[in-house]
Amino acid sequence: MDAIVIDNVSKAYGSTKAVQTVSLSVKPGELFGLIGPDGAGKTTLFKILVTLLRPDEGRATVVGRDVVKDFRALRSLVGYMPGRFSLYPDLTVEENLSFFATVFGTSIQANYDLIREIYVQLEPFKDRRAGALSGGMKQKLALCCALIHKPEVLFLDEPTTGVDAVSRKEFWEMLQRLKERQLTMLVSTPYMDEANRCDRIALMQTGQILAIDTPSGVEHLFRKPLYAVKAAETFRLIQDLRKAPFTQTCYAFGEYLHLTTEEGTTPADIDRYLRERRHEHVTIKPIQAGIEDSFMALMQHG
Amino acid sequence: MNRFFAFVRKEFYHIQRDRRTVLILFGMPLVMVILFGFALTNEIKNAQIAVLDFDHGQHSQRIIDRLLSSGYFRLRQSLTSYRDIEATFRQGHVKLVVVFPPNFTNDYAHDGLAQVQLLADASEQNTAISLTNYATSIIQSYNNEQNPPNAASPLQISVEPRMVFNPDLKGAFVFVPGVMAMVLLLVSALMTSVTIAREKETGTMEVLLVSPLSQLQILFGKVLPYLLLSFLNGCIIIALGIFLLGIPLNGSLLLLLAETLLFIFLSLSLGLLISTIAETQLVAMFASLLLMLMPTIFLSGFIFPIESMPRALQFISQIIPARYFIDIVKGIMIKGVGLGYLWKETLVLVSMSALLMGISLHNLKPRLE
Repeated sequence: MDAIVIDNVSKAYGSTKAVQTVSLSVKPGELFGLIGPDGAGKTTLFKILVTLLRPDEGRATVVGRDVVKDFRALRSLVGYMPGRFSLYPDLTVEENLSFFATVFGTSIQANYDLIREIYVQLEPFKDRRAGALSGGMKQKLALCCALIHKPEVLFLDEPTTGVDAVSRKEFWEMLQRLKERQLTMLVSTPYMDEANRCDRIALMQTGQILAIDTPSGVEHLFRKPLYAVKAAETFRLIQDLRKAPFTQTCYAFGEYLHLTTEEGTTPADIDRYLRERRHEHVTIKPIQAGIEDSFMALMQHG
Repeated sequence: MNRFFAFVRKEFYHIQRDRRTVLILFGMPLVMVILFGFALTNEIKNAQIAVLDFDHGQHSQRIIDRLLSSGYFRLRQSLTSYRDIEATFRQGHVKLVVVFPPNFTNDYAHDGLAQVQLLADASEQNTAISLTNYATSIIQSYNNEQNPPNAASPLQISVEPRMVFNPDLKGAFVFVPGVMAMVLLLVSALMTSVTIAREKETGTMEVLLVSPLSQLQILFGKVLPYLLLSFLNGCIIIALGIFLLGIPLNGSLLLLLAETLLFIFLSLSLGLLISTIAETQLVAMFASLLLMLMPTIFLSGFIFPIESMPRALQFISQIIPARYFIDIVKGIMIKGVGLGYLWKETLVLVSMSALLMGISLHNLKPRLE
């Protein structure tokens, strides 16, 4: 039986369709990523799954319990870490943790082995107010609080937003270790580079799911020729390339432009086109598509 | 039950660690009682008066001595003609002029009938009314002393026996019950609704909702600490009223405390109702101030007598809970009456609480929507 089953779920706020007929399922023990830009409907979907919102249409179950009918029973089975830092800033680290432990009818000691690896990093600060912690530390504390009652499914809504690069890496390593304990996790993120750390991902945009696959599967959805192009004048380069007859799409990706072309266009054709327009230091190389390329392409075709 | 107490303990941490809350909780009643009890009273002390004595007789002199030794009046100047009166009032220092006509002593001694004229500066009408009342009653008491017990009474000044329970128009008697109502409302309703709104704002409400805590446990966990603190506050105000301002406690202390608890419960129901609607601390604060503080100050009879309000406002004042509570407190403390006299007001408070609590519970939703 799947740990999370979402079946044609829709939710609208007034005339804004936040989630539109979304279906997906997550297997037990899977680390599933929900990837998409801000406003894609990720948070709304999370709130439906953790019983905070009712879907307008469709139904969803988490560990076999309906998110609407069995919401009371479900609430002690899931761990939820909202997108915003949602602990009490005026309570200390330890008080926060023991409050959530007691509220869920357990104690820090009873489930200490689950949070030990994370909590040892927090322990030196256990008498510090949560509001005075750094961003990365706050996330670790929030994760501890969401884990303290040994949930069967963990929902993490954009846990790494606003956290520095090192803490982000550490955070994902912690999730990998939790995965070894067979914990089912649904994680949302706007960062494409984090997608590779998931078992499977769903790409989401404007309330709809564009694709569901493994990270490499999503990369292989991209079938067109793809080139990374660089020249001395980036801005003029992007303008000229977008006007080129062979160009399908052209986006800036860091220092390179990612260019997709008609079938049959060779690097030599591109090079000739750019030389005619007096571009200097031109580099053109064929590349393997990443998740972001796939996402851009999927967005184009809706 | 364990999780409920964990929640209550957390609330006490919040209160204890927020200096502003502590200050509002325990500083406000003290400041208000002292401010309203001493500074903002209608009570008059050392009002400056002028005397225009055409008589210069024995009785007029004695009455002037009486007035000046009462502690309410201080002589600023003695006038010699009617024309001086207007000029004196214009200067603004003198609030009351006492005029003895010629032959006052003679008329009083022989005809048993004499007149005193009191002129008050009515640009401050409340002061004017108080001053004339004070002076009238001082003159009347002088008159009573002069008369043998069963003689026909002479002096021609009509005195209305007002303020039966507060003959000296002591301001504290009127203000303390009002301050009590206000502070209890503020602490109970405003603070409860603001702290619930704070949980919504910081996002912790989401986490609490997803926990096994029921919505009812969350709300009562919020209410309980404030119930205790408000009750403590109520006791402090009553003690300040009795020991600092000298208000009598003529009725039952037990009944007073019970009625105070009832009013606190009513205020908490109001706070819960506001919190089920307000999403942010700011909205909760404004809703509390607009819905409770303003009407309580202006429409409960706390500052302005209900009898002198326009009809429409008198009508509105009937739904202001503080109005009934103020009547109850005055009844118990000053008049010393019991539940036999106050059952109507008590019933109104009980039904209001039941109604508000009913609506709040009805508005509770186990989800965010």
